[in-house]
Amino acid sequence: MPVAELRGVTKRHGQVEALRGIDLSIAPGELLALLGPNGAGKTTAVRILLGLAAPTSGEATLFGYHPASQAKLRRGALLQVAKVPETLKVREHIELFSSYYEKPLPIAETIAAAGLAGIENRLFGALSGGQKQRVLFALAICGNPDMLFLDEPTVGLDVESRRALWARIRGFVARGGSVLLTTHYLEEADALAHRVAVIDRGRIAAEGTPAEIKAQTGTSGLEDAFLAIMKENVNALEEVLQ
Amino acid sequence: MNRAYWMESKMELLKMARLKQYSLSTVAFPLMFYCFFGLAMAPFSQGATSMSKYLLATYGAFGVMGATLYAFGAGVAVERGLGWMEVKRASPMPPAAYFVAKGVVSLTFGALVVTLLFALGAIFGGVRMPASQWLIMWGALVAGAIPFGAIGLAIGSFAGPNSAANIVNMIYLPMGFLGGLWMPIEILPKALQHLAPWLPSYHFGQIALAILRVPVQGSVLGHVEALVGFGLVFAGVAWIGQSRDHQKMYG
Repeated sequence: MPVAELRGVTKRHGQVEALRGIDLSIAPGELLALLGPNGAGKTTAVRILLGLAAPTSGEATLFGYHPASQAKLRRGALLQVAKVPETLKVREHIELFSSYYEKPLPIAETIAAAGLAGIENRLFGALSGGQKQRVLFALAICGNPDMLFLDEPTVGLDVESRRALWARIRGFVARGGSVLLTTHYLEEADALAHRVAVIDRGRIAAEGTPAEIKAQTGTSGLEDAFLAIMKENVNALEEVLQ
Repeated sequence: MNRAYWMESKMELLKMARLKQYSLSTVAFPLMFYCFFGLAMAPFSQGATSMSKYLLATYGAFGVMGATLYAFGAGVAVERGLGWMEVKRASPMPPAAYFVAKGVVSLTFGALVVTLLFALGAIFGGVRMPASQWLIMWGALVAGAIPFGAIGLAIGSFAGPNSAANIVNMIYLPMGFLGGLWMPIEILPKALQHLAPWLPSYHFGQIALAILRVPVQGSVLGHVEALVGFGLVFAGVAWIGQSRDHQKMYG
């Protein structure tokens, strides 16, 4: 049974069709990267699987249940957020989010797993960008979830911080966790994903392992493959090249 | 479950106490105003009540209003507008815990302001009354946070993250003045006095004054009903804002 699944999901916001019939499933222990240009529908798909938005039609399930049900206790999420409360310490943020779960990880374990040892008593507002993102990662894993949703987790990070977060994500998958990762960094999908789904204007344009996608399009890198897929959708090309 | 409510309230208190724009200004402004007007005008009186006693009631109301309007209005607008509320909603946090914690902060800071004002009044303003009266006034003032929490939440549910604090200022300060909380309502021009019953601050002030046995306008029950009415209307507005938000999509 898939851990998370979208079946024939559409989402309409007024006149805009954000998703036009998406089928997607994530197997236990799998990291699926959802790849696509801005506005393709990545965040909408994540929000539906988190129970933050209802699909216009179709069905979304998490561990076989409705996403907003008790299934919430078995997943964590790292979302794009412009401002996190700055006057709480790292440890306090983690203690608070841990209290939402029935069987959270011990605080010290979360701190270690997110690479926050040594800065756990700093105020959030005093952290660097990479450290802040690691705190958000800690909040996603503190409940000892079976599945993680990571919505563009490394956007705006320098190369070093990005690689460090990749290592944390790999660590989670190595312990048997499933991940849905959205990104527009092709390198990131190539480095982390077991499987990639390319989403464009609300539809899945291609799906497979990074190798399969490269083979399908006869390209050597995922970036070229991505461009080849997008070229079929002539209007989308400009968005990609931005 | 209960642990989540406890932790949410504890962390919200820590967070707001460290946020000096909130903790200092909500406590310092009412105390400062009371020193300028209440203590400096202590020799004068309004009717049979000394100014220091009269204004203790109204600045208490003013302080509770501020602590509550900023905690809910500005607090919710910023967290809603800049994505933090979405992170909370995505977590298994019991949704009510978020609002309960804001309420705990409002009540705590409201109680702190009222207690400090009472100390100022008793020590420097020569205010004397039976213990039961002190207690009833303290309780009534702190409980006043409830309808203003609804008003703050309504503002926080619609205001943008950058403008919310200014919107609260633009509502809070005039509402305090026109509701007769800065100085006795009878001193204001007649035209402004007619406006007062439309302001929840006026009814709050009149209730606090009634506890001092100051002759108030209208009946106490009428003022309580008016405050309950304002609270319910704004709770409805806040509910509309929150459910609209729930449907909204960004990113």
